[in-house]
Amino acid sequence: MRILKLRPAAQHALAMSVPPIGLKAVITPQGLQSLVGELSARGYTVIGPTVREGAIVYEEVTGVEALPRGWTDRQDAASYRLERRSDSALFGYAVGPHSWKRFLHPPVERLWQMGREAPFVDPPPASPKFAFLGVRPCELHAIAIQDRVLLGGAYRDAGYERRRRESVIIAVNCSEAGGTCFCVSMGSGPSVERGFDLALTELIREPHEFLVQTGSALGEELLAWIPQREAEPEDVAAAVAVSAATASRMGRTLETEGLKALLQDNPEHPRWDDVAQRCLTCGNCTMVCPTCFCTTVEDHTDLAAGLAVRERKWDSCFTLEFSYVHGGSVRKQARSRYRQWMTHKLANWIDQFGTSGCVGCGRCITWCPAAIDITAEAAAIRATAPARQVGVDGRD
Amino acid sequence: MEGIERILLEQPLFRGLEARIGALIAGCARNVRFRSGEEIFREADPADEFYLLRQGRVALEIIEAGRAPARFSTLGPGAILGASWLVPPYRWTFDARALEPIRAIGIDARCLRAKCEADHDLGYELLKRVAAALIQRLHATRLQMLDVYGNRPA
Amino acid sequence: MSAAVGSDPLVPQPYRVTRALRETADTVTLDLEPHRGEVPQFAPGQFNMLYAFGVGEIAISLSGDPADRKRFIHTVRAVGAVSSAIAAMPAGSTVGLRGPFGVAWPLAVAEGADVLLIAGGLGLAPLRPAIHQLIVQRERFRRIIVLVGMRRPEEILYRTQLEQWREQAGIEIEVTVDRSDPAWRGHVGVVPSLIPGLGLDGAATSALICGPEIMMRFTANALRECGVAVERTYVSMERSMKCAVGSCGHCQFGPYFVCKDGPVMRLDRIARLLALREI
Repeated sequence: MRILKLRPAAQHALAMSVPPIGLKAVITPQGLQSLVGELSARGYTVIGPTVREGAIVYEEVTGVEALPRGWTDRQDAASYRLERRSDSALFGYAVGPHSWKRFLHPPVERLWQMGREAPFVDPPPASPKFAFLGVRPCELHAIAIQDRVLLGGAYRDAGYERRRRESVIIAVNCSEAGGTCFCVSMGSGPSVERGFDLALTELIREPHEFLVQTGSALGEELLAWIPQREAEPEDVAAAVAVSAATASRMGRTLETEGLKALLQDNPEHPRWDDVAQRCLTCGNCTMVCPTCFCTTVEDHTDLAAGLAVRERKWDSCFTLEFSYVHGGSVRKQARSRYRQWMTHKLANWIDQFGTSGCVGCGRCITWCPAAIDITAEAAAIRATAPARQVGVDGRD
Repeated sequence: MEGIERILLEQPLFRGLEARIGALIAGCARNVRFRSGEEIFREADPADEFYLLRQGRVALEIIEAGRAPARFSTLGPGAILGASWLVPPYRWTFDARALEPIRAIGIDARCLRAKCEADHDLGYELLKRVAAALIQRLHATRLQMLDVYGNRPA
Repeated sequence: MSAAVGSDPLVPQPYRVTRALRETADTVTLDLEPHRGEVPQFAPGQFNMLYAFGVGEIAISLSGDPADRKRFIHTVRAVGAVSSAIAAMPAGSTVGLRGPFGVAWPLAVAEGADVLLIAGGLGLAPLRPAIHQLIVQRERFRRIIVLVGMRRPEEILYRTQLEQWREQAGIEIEVTVDRSDPAWRGHVGVVPSLIPGLGLDGAATSALICGPEIMMRFTANALRECGVAVERTYVSMERSMKCAVGSCGHCQFGPYFVCKDGPVMRLDRIARLLALREI
């Protein structure tokens, strides 16, 4: 296996190559509604943010009225709540517990079904074509990271490839930095660069408008259907200012310089014992993380009918069973499992796929019931790790 | 004695040994041979002579009433045969049997123990080397004891 | 490293058990022939995922001759629900098979020099295909040495074949057991203890080791003491295996996926990981 060198954070390459940011226009919320209408008319299931049970989640939305107008979120370690804004921004919040992986790399997927005598494979049930409305820059990077995992090797996941190819991405540049966000540290935000069809920046002023940029031929085509006006230099400047302001208000930072070596060189650091005292190994972090991709397979049988079915399901390296080999689990202690997750996410991932596995979305911090903060853990190890010794096995 | 001193210093156990020390040990040494199948020593017998194997293999066994002897080790050329000569009560712990025609150097344990008491440099040099060989054998024995090829429970 | 042309590596293909040979009390060797077509080509060291209908799937090394295009041979030890089900399959039954997967033993790096294969217990199964291939290409190597460690004489895997090879194939084979009675005329003791007596030219030796992890570590140490370079020592690793194609994450060992960066791995790359607990 090649050990890939760490690329500068600013150069996260995306797997799908699309033309760079193109045409610019300005639309209104009504224009956005007509975009949703056009997508529905073309047979897309539009998935977007909506408020449900005190959180902003991703669900099918039929129009702009379903979006969290006038809502924002207050996030901190082990803390998430919604608050009313004083304006009617449609995207005035960060990210919630859902990520787009629940649609592209679904929690449960049937791989095959077969009969005992003459094994046959049912074609997988057709999944709808998705239009994702409100994809954040960190999420675009997360999708690109999963592209590399699921499509970048010798084996290409057919279901993921099809869903990915058929999906439309309407990105949104963030106007709010979440309390646990650190996309700036990871080079994954707060504005988009590539990998989308259309990108919106919400301009929350009178009039309430969106700067729209195209990122693909399909994006250009869709934009042609939306009532719009030309983008003036002031509109572009306002959008740039939104992103700059967001970038300056990140809730967290993660120092990535030397982070890979720091974690790979310190598997016996006492901090792992420290975090193990707090970690419940509940696996919330892996469920909400937009790049975590681990799955397991479950075989079900209907022996009376002579049918066997194999399903693939999300799994978590925090479970004891995850590392089970004959004789027992390799990672018995919570300490070992937390170390595995964090070292994989921030260090081993770079050897495996060429980039960090983390996009700085902060979900693992917000949704950890024990308030464990990956940025704080990294800082703690860095503060007390011994000086680096020369690597002995060619990792660098 | 010149011949046996040279042979002695060629043994892995004594490689690099200072000539003076080698001569002292050689003074207690002789060439020995055993026939295939011959008993070399028996459990509880006085450990008067130990061996550095030069050719052929020896089996270490332990006897139990009503069962075939349990063979737990075979030793080959380069190995030191016998450890109980080093410590009281200076009696063999196991049985040793030649599996093939054996050529070895036999070293008179009483002779060597006496010389070691008189000359501590000799004693230290000898013990350093014997300890290394025995520690390696201890490690191997522990690995053997783990029964890694067996069906081990979790 | 591909499965049969045209088949999805996630879908088991039906194979018929044409022979089930009991090796020991808990170990069986199965000959498997595909219901349709030829077996895919495999390289020594690779593995298949074997599926017992209604029970589950496990990773088992290929242990037959790579030149045999009629069948796959697998030696299975019954230690859990799935392996017990597969080991119990009589001739005529059908098993599902996905594969072959994984990185193979790098025999070519040893050409022109000595190659040492060291097998512990069931670790002989993934090395047997390498022995087949080395014998076919005998003239490309100097010494070919096979060291085998087993629990007891009656549990020696492929015993007759080992004896045949020793007689006919011009390769050196030494077998040792952990314990025996005097009926056994061979070595008794752990496999690493056979190494000093080989008179190895360490600088010109490549070593392939397969067996329980403890045995591989001890053996690697003994090899290093004889001057065999860690860059020319290869081990076969084992971890939890589900998808076998590098996308489920279960088989990770440090940054490596055992299913696609292994199971055969070069020792210098993983020596540090082997020394870490619960990694």
